[in-house]
Amino acid sequence: MMTRKTLDLWAGVFVALGLGALLFLAMKVGNLASFSAAPTYRVMANFDNIGGLKKRAPVKSAGVVVGRVEDIGFDPETYEAAVTFAIDKRYQFPKDTSAKILTAGLLGEQYVGLSPGGDVAMLKDGDKLKLTQSAVVLENLISQFLFSKAADGGNNKDGK
Amino acid sequence: MIPATDNLVEVDNVNFAYDRRPILKGVNLDIRRGQVVAIMGLSGCGKTTLLRLIGGALHPTKGEVRVDGQSVAKLNHEERFALRRKMGMLFQFGALFTDMSCYDNVAFQMREHTDLPEQLIDDLVLMKLQAVGLRGAQHLMPAELSGGMARRVALARTTALDPMLIMYDEPFAGLDPVSMGVIGQLIRRLNDALGATSIIVTHDVAEALEIVDYVYFMSDGLIVTQGTPDELRASDKPFVHQFVYGETDGPMPFHYPADDYARDLHAGEAR
Amino acid sequence: MTALTDFLESLGARAIGAVHQLGFASHFLLLTLRNSGMCLRRFSLVVREIYSVGVLSLVIIVVSGMFVGMVLGLQGYDTLERYGSSSALGVLVALSLVRELGPVVAGLLFASRAGSAITAEIGLMKATEQLAAMEMMAVDPIARVIAPRFWAGVISMPLLAAMFSAMGVFGGYLVGVRLIGVDEGSFWSQMQAAVDLREDILNGVIKSVVFGVAVSWIAVFQGYDAPPTAEGVSRATTRTVVTSSLSILALDFILTAFMFRGA
Repeated sequence: MMTRKTLDLWAGVFVALGLGALLFLAMKVGNLASFSAAPTYRVMANFDNIGGLKKRAPVKSAGVVVGRVEDIGFDPETYEAAVTFAIDKRYQFPKDTSAKILTAGLLGEQYVGLSPGGDVAMLKDGDKLKLTQSAVVLENLISQFLFSKAADGGNNKDGK
Repeated sequence: MIPATDNLVEVDNVNFAYDRRPILKGVNLDIRRGQVVAIMGLSGCGKTTLLRLIGGALHPTKGEVRVDGQSVAKLNHEERFALRRKMGMLFQFGALFTDMSCYDNVAFQMREHTDLPEQLIDDLVLMKLQAVGLRGAQHLMPAELSGGMARRVALARTTALDPMLIMYDEPFAGLDPVSMGVIGQLIRRLNDALGATSIIVTHDVAEALEIVDYVYFMSDGLIVTQGTPDELRASDKPFVHQFVYGETDGPMPFHYPADDYARDLHAGEAR
Repeated sequence: MTALTDFLESLGARAIGAVHQLGFASHFLLLTLRNSGMCLRRFSLVVREIYSVGVLSLVIIVVSGMFVGMVLGLQGYDTLERYGSSSALGVLVALSLVRELGPVVAGLLFASRAGSAITAEIGLMKATEQLAAMEMMAVDPIARVIAPRFWAGVISMPLLAAMFSAMGVFGGYLVGVRLIGVDEGSFWSQMQAAVDLREDILNGVIKSVVFGVAVSWIAVFQGYDAPPTAEGVSRATTRTVVTSSLSILALDFILTAFMFRGA
């Protein structure tokens, strides 16, 4: 029979190993190190079409992750997608910043790209971005391409 | 509150049935303080059920069991547990906790119910084990003990908190004659030393008659005879005679009630 | 005709019996939770059970986690290589382990290693009247025997699942990077980019907690409910393994549907 002390020791080792494994998963396998608990502020934007954008998709500026998509809704008045971003407080952007929905690679995950403008005033919590550019929908792009080929003439390029 | 009488346990016209199968059919008995009382009968006559009723593990369908003036069935959970702290029960095969050493088994109730310092508990446990002659076996696990030794350790555990009432469920079952005698003597000695009251449920007549003060005979859910051991030995009732002298057949039938034997055999041929 | 009615009758009786048992089991869980105060105050009772439930399951969990990860590495590489994306091996191994295989396989192993042991132990304690004896000593067996084992299971299971996943990722790394030669940097960085702390890891932990509760509940209940005979205990032990395995798989489906459908 094992004494109380060795028993406690083993149980302690077991719990420590388990917590260590959890920590390993969080730090090495997951991306706790990036950020998750940092304070954020909310910015809204409307898009004509968000394509395949999902909640918690990254929001990047100059390729650096600065926030996450927090919520995706539908605006029944304008018939547009209403997207809310949570952006890290450390990163401030001018008021006339524009948002684009981009795709990582040709078929990759979709994310939001922010291009800063030149305004002196910075975005505050709850502000709304005026300038947005929708996701590129592959089907539209192809039909547009075929259509322009058929017409064989310069057509307008900002297809939705 | 009923004033404490000279009787520690009073069983008053108790009926009990499992589902609808009646086990006890109106049992009356009194157990006086300080005595060692045996309840005897054949296997399956409801003796163990009676012990469980006294301990409050079961409730009578009719009648009342009073221990120390309190009606056991009417107690709430806390009161019943408070009463049980003053009772000890030795189970049929000891029921030692198999995951603890003998020492921890005896110390179990002291650790659960008292705030005594470990030093004092140590002294008490060794005293209890010494009383049953097994102080040397304190570090053994129950699996390493013989049947008789396990029963003695269980006895030490049962008396750990100096109970006022000790119940024994078949304390002699499955023991060799020497161990039987040892257990019998221990039951008597511990009862007198602690000033307790003991109830022994058993079918080992010869052993029990040696040590008890009073005997109740049960049969088929009823008390059929009672008396002191001497009275019973001298009894000329055929039932008692058969039981005390262990005769195979008598008023108590050897056969479980069945259809007519010859007809049963013929029925087999017909099939 | 009578065979049919007999069959229907036995079917109905079984259904009623099952509902009855579920009700008793729920009542029993409630009792266990209500009587948990003592064992959480005297935590050494739980620690002791963590030893027999958790520590003794350690070897089987670590070894199987390692092997499952190594197999994932081999199979995953084989498939990914066809699409020229073997650098995503880390993602494949980590996501399948953290989201599904870790909690589920660890849960199944836990049910057969620890759950059956809990049932057998409690069943034997009941069969040898140890529980009745405890009750007669004014100690509630639910508080003293059942609750510590239940909580030890609930605490151990998520830790075991985490160890399983971690060992699996390590096994995948050994095979993928050390043996086959996938680039080490892209193995880890792609994994870290794709595995989300909340979406994947936290959900995996939640799953393992739910499985821990389910297996521990089933195990202590089956032990407590077992008929006090050798046959009864052996049947209860079998039933623990079967019921908890099925519950794990069914719960996994439900949880997955909730967790990974939305958004």
